[in-house]
Amino acid sequence: MSESTLHILNRGPNQPELLQHLLDALSAGDEILLIEDGIYWASEHFAERFQSTQPKVLKADAEARGLTRICGQTVDDADFVELCVNHRRSVSWC
Amino acid sequence: MKFTLLIQSAPIDSQSSATALRFARTLLTKGHEIERLFFYRSGVQSANRLALAPQDETNLPADWQQLISKHELDAVVCIAAAIRRGVVNATETARYGIEGDNLLESAELSGLGQLVAACAASDRVVTFGGGA
Amino acid sequence: MNSFLIISRNPPYGSAAAREALELALACALFDREVAILLLDDAVYQLLPGHNPSAIGQKNLAAMQQSLPLYDVDKIFVCQSSLETRGLVTEALALPVTPVDSQGLKALMREYEAIINV
Repeated sequence: MSESTLHILNRGPNQPELLQHLLDALSAGDEILLIEDGIYWASEHFAERFQSTQPKVLKADAEARGLTRICGQTVDDADFVELCVNHRRSVSWC
Repeated sequence: MKFTLLIQSAPIDSQSSATALRFARTLLTKGHEIERLFFYRSGVQSANRLALAPQDETNLPADWQQLISKHELDAVVCIAAAIRRGVVNATETARYGIEGDNLLESAELSGLGQLVAACAASDRVVTFGGGA
Repeated sequence: MNSFLIISRNPPYGSAAAREALELALACALFDREVAILLLDDAVYQLLPGHNPSAIGQKNLAAMQQSLPLYDVDKIFVCQSSLETRGLVTEALALPVTPVDSQGLKALMREYEAIINV
């Protein structure tokens, strides 16, 4: 079983320090999932922030908010569950 | 796998409770088990039976109640967080000498020890909401 | 999941966030689980000494903080950059703490089974 961590972020650019903590806490093998208001970080404008790890974006939340041009892979609810299964732990940054 | 879900934000004021409900449904569809749902902080409002929604809106507490009873899930609401926020059962209101109660039928009020115990019995713990 | 890292980002008294994070940490300790606390951003202000919330009608958080060592909760980590941007030093805080930088943060993430941002 992988010792990696899934980092879940549900707040957007209003809270830049949250993303910074997430990026500081990221180790090799970890993944990032953007949900709720966090999906805005997947805008092309912020692409350079995610050097080593491309975020995954929860489709329902991106669609809800009209974000169509996304940097990163969109995932559905079943993939969200799978991400939690595949990583040893998750941390929801809030 | 066995999951414990921790919900820390109230419906309406945050999307997190709704996300958690969708996640819980998906978990069950995919054959995983929910060891416990634990509602803490403002998340206790998810268990407020008296939240009413217009016809064309989602009623999250009612949806939680439906999920919990349909799948016979273990749903615990942190008693200390709940009573302070006005989410109460008849036992507690009697204790304080007031009338009324609004806790979801299928949820129980208990302590944080239930969250700790659930995490110990779970393969995964996922948190929804929180912060100030 | 038997070991817990409780993360707080919020200062005391302006919301219940700080108190409820501490309550969770204490619950973990009370039930004999390994637990550590990580304070980020304004949460470092929780450890300013000399709280006196009587005029605002709240209970003093310091009482709960002082019970942490009684329950063997002695792993309190604070974000080094959060201290610096607020002009604070560890010596001025009410409890012994270990400052962490980015490397320390990565290590903390891997050390605990359940990580809960309260």
